[in-house]
Amino acid sequence: MDEDVAIIGVGQSVFARKCGVSVRELCFQAYKEAMEGLDITRDDIDASITCSAPEYDKQRTPSGLISEYLELTPKPAFYVESVCSSSSTGVRIAWSLIRSGLHKVIAVIGFQKMSELTSREAAERMGRGGDIIWESPFGVTMPAGYAMYARAHMAKYGTTEEQLARVRVKNSSYGARNPKANYRKELSLDDVMNSNVITSPLKMFDCCANCDGSSTVIVARGDIAKRVSKTPIWVVGLGAATDTMTMSGRKSLTGLECSQEAGKQAYEMAGLKPEDIDVAEVHDCFTVSEILAYEDLGFAKPGEGPGLIDDKETYVDGRIPVNVDGGLLSKGHPIGATGGSQIRTIVRQLRGEATEAQVKGAEVGLVHNVGGVGQYGNVTILRR
Amino acid sequence: MGFENFGTVSFTAEAKVSDFVTYLEQGKVMTTRCKNCGAKYFPPQMDCPRCLGTEAEWFELKEKGKLITYTTVQYGPSGFEDDAPYTLVIVDFADGLRTFGRLSRDIKESDIIIGMELKAAPVKQANDRISYEFQKA
Repeated sequence: MDEDVAIIGVGQSVFARKCGVSVRELCFQAYKEAMEGLDITRDDIDASITCSAPEYDKQRTPSGLISEYLELTPKPAFYVESVCSSSSTGVRIAWSLIRSGLHKVIAVIGFQKMSELTSREAAERMGRGGDIIWESPFGVTMPAGYAMYARAHMAKYGTTEEQLARVRVKNSSYGARNPKANYRKELSLDDVMNSNVITSPLKMFDCCANCDGSSTVIVARGDIAKRVSKTPIWVVGLGAATDTMTMSGRKSLTGLECSQEAGKQAYEMAGLKPEDIDVAEVHDCFTVSEILAYEDLGFAKPGEGPGLIDDKETYVDGRIPVNVDGGLLSKGHPIGATGGSQIRTIVRQLRGEATEAQVKGAEVGLVHNVGGVGQYGNVTILRR
Repeated sequence: MGFENFGTVSFTAEAKVSDFVTYLEQGKVMTTRCKNCGAKYFPPQMDCPRCLGTEAEWFELKEKGKLITYTTVQYGPSGFEDDAPYTLVIVDFADGLRTFGRLSRDIKESDIIIGMELKAAPVKQANDRISYEFQKA
């Protein structure tokens, strides 16, 4: 049996504030893109994994519904959740199921239809993403959690609000070219700096927006991948880790330990170092999150992340291009779909198909996807 | 009494550590130490995953703590609309005991300095609700 595991198909829907279709129709959009051009049909898919954050779903147990709509029944359907990193967790589970010999080809389908809730309702659910006895009664939110990391980073390293804003300026320049991004305007430093404060020091344009969207990643056993795909993209490194749910449990407030640990595992499995990565997608739910990721993944030393954006090293022609599809900040963040969308971007980069912003000759890419305020960390390394 | 009146909005009531709220009523912010192995916890917990003990003793957070980080929330989630702006803080006490909560409204955002000394104190809120906050030490 071929022990290698590859990604053979990727797709995502347009990410939008309101998709105007049902969840099953939304999922079909990503699934269609992932399956088109592949020499397999739904009969070859022998399991599906659906990924979403269930508190945002009206539909209970959506994995069965998606499996039915795609006519994948009677193949087994699984459901995984790790909030914002659900579909990266889905790909990790798919890899394991294939390596175990239980399955050969698995569809990992991530989605979220945030527009089924009002933004206040969404904020209330996000607040309950924290510890409901000890932290939610104080009115903690996702942005507030990351804002506390931003403030601690500023206090320790002298990081400035302008440096955070520069992340949004970069990502908006790429988001403007991404036809599947929700936010497609280019923003200037002044635009970001003059936007309303949401939770100090984070302003409106330091934050990504909730939206509707879906993603699909088709994962296959190596021998099948070689047969059905011209350019299989190999999964060479996987890392997953957790940190405490409570903010008071965090040992560090200037870096995400779940990212550091997941990154270490993925580099070790792949036999690679940070300098071997040609292109990366990192979890920029907020501008500060991207700065933390530079450091947590070893693209910069602790405290030197802001220098990377100052020197434009994370632009498409820089030393380590990051989020050259616009990132979550421009694309929007449909919780369960986000990881799959990040994987799609890296797969397209490694296939040389990212015409909007192609990193020349990219052979190795990294995907960093975080759930909650640094609670669940997933790092996936892919190779052409 | 459990956690039903704790904080601005409570989401659940029952817990083995509900004495925390009783102590707040008595004017004390308390947390726990495992009776078996001595491990200190915040938030308080009766169960100790380190030694599998299920009994803890309460001790008061009465010394001064140090402000580690903060944020002032301008837009609260559902149930907190009228509460914002409010400031959330992380405060460290002796032996690396790290805590989370709200900063007293008596301290203006412009007067907040990372590293400043703070103390934990119970605070009564509207509608018979009770909480704790961090005040100038």
